[in-house]
Amino acid sequence: MSMIEFHGVQKYYGNFHALKDIDLIINKGETVVLIGPSGSGKSTLARTVNGLEDIQEGKLIVNGHDLSNPKTNINILRKDVGMVFQHFNLYNNKNVLENVMLAPRIVLKLSEEENRKRADKTLEMVGLADKKENMPSQVSGGQAQRVAIARSLAMQPKCMLFDEPTSALDPEMIDDVLQVIKKVTAQSDMTSLIVTHEMGFAKEVADRVIFMDEGQILEDTDTKSFFEKPKNERAQKFLSKILTH
Amino acid sequence: MINIITSHWSELLTGFGWTIFSSVLALLFSLVIGSIFAILEVLPNKIARTIGKIYVEVFRNIPLLVITMFFYIAIPMYIVKINGFVAGTIGLTIYTSAFIAETVRSGIQSIDKGQMEGARSTGMTYWQSMRYIILPQAFKIVIPPLGNQFVNLVKNSSVLAFVAGFDLMYQGNAIASTTFDTINSYLVVGLLYLIITLPLSYYMQYLEKRLV
Repeated sequence: MSMIEFHGVQKYYGNFHALKDIDLIINKGETVVLIGPSGSGKSTLARTVNGLEDIQEGKLIVNGHDLSNPKTNINILRKDVGMVFQHFNLYNNKNVLENVMLAPRIVLKLSEEENRKRADKTLEMVGLADKKENMPSQVSGGQAQRVAIARSLAMQPKCMLFDEPTSALDPEMIDDVLQVIKKVTAQSDMTSLIVTHEMGFAKEVADRVIFMDEGQILEDTDTKSFFEKPKNERAQKFLSKILTH
Repeated sequence: MINIITSHWSELLTGFGWTIFSSVLALLFSLVIGSIFAILEVLPNKIARTIGKIYVEVFRNIPLLVITMFFYIAIPMYIVKINGFVAGTIGLTIYTSAFIAETVRSGIQSIDKGQMEGARSTGMTYWQSMRYIILPQAFKIVIPPLGNQFVNLVKNSSVLAFVAGFDLMYQGNAIASTTFDTINSYLVVGLLYLIITLPLSYYMQYLEKRLV
């Protein structure tokens, strides 16, 4: 069963062709890592999956919702598709607990009691049960990103998108966040699409690796074969450059 | 000066009251109207944005006195009979709303767009994201410039004097022309304006400190 389906998707920013002929199927429960040089369209691709970026041509179906159809209610789709951003995007006017509880309250209409239970559980899972009352400005970057993950998980999504979740973090914060993401992807029914530059991490969690450059998918293969020897020349070059340092 | 106060305290008090009343009404209405036009100006919908922009550009760039005279003359002529106080307060509201719209708009646009994306990505609608995330942060940011607008509003309420609005300035004119003591009359009036505006600007400073 597929969770995400791209069929001949084209995306333009004005004259710039950001995504070219994307054909991609991600199955339920899969963990897929998207890698590639900066500006290759990885983030753009991830952002189209929950409608943060629109597409100009082709068909994009996520969890049964057709995103290429303008009549599709994007808010219903987003209930099931969580997103973690590079810069966390925590609500600056709400404390940690409220960041986690807001959407379940107003989107899912959970009772306060159930919502609180769920928030406690998710914050526990990301190791921040003691930071509930803190404001976003009072937690570190690594903690903020874990709150952001908890915020998405509290919606109990079927699919999670991670858009360079560790790129804005101090090196020593990265591991805590990666550990949490690992826990999330380990849930057997969770589909994850992760844009990252952390190759060790990619090797460890991914079922499948997709390599992109200049808006195109150049390689789509299982993790082991990708890291042993990618077929695509551009991917080989990319790997040799980042694995040697 | 004391002379003017003791002999004309009743007119001065009346003017003081009407000035405060007009300012409070205009403040409340222009905050609401200004915020509505500010939101129109940032909506994704192009027609909404154009409407917001036209309102702001038109009323921000016409003198308050002209707007007020227009309402004083046009509304009684075509719609309903209103007195100078009402016409003046309407003019004041419409004029101030344009400035408040610009202030609030800049506040909304200064909020990082990641805040909206974060909210939308959890399934909140555009309006829910605005209400719970963007607007609370935007209003906090615009408190200092809004404070300036409110102080300006109180001072601008002196426009009521030109349409017989019974406000402080109107009474000042009347007292000056009956006593011929123009200097002291306007000194007293100025002082009474300060009694309103100084606490207001100190209160805004206090709010700013408390919220930041």
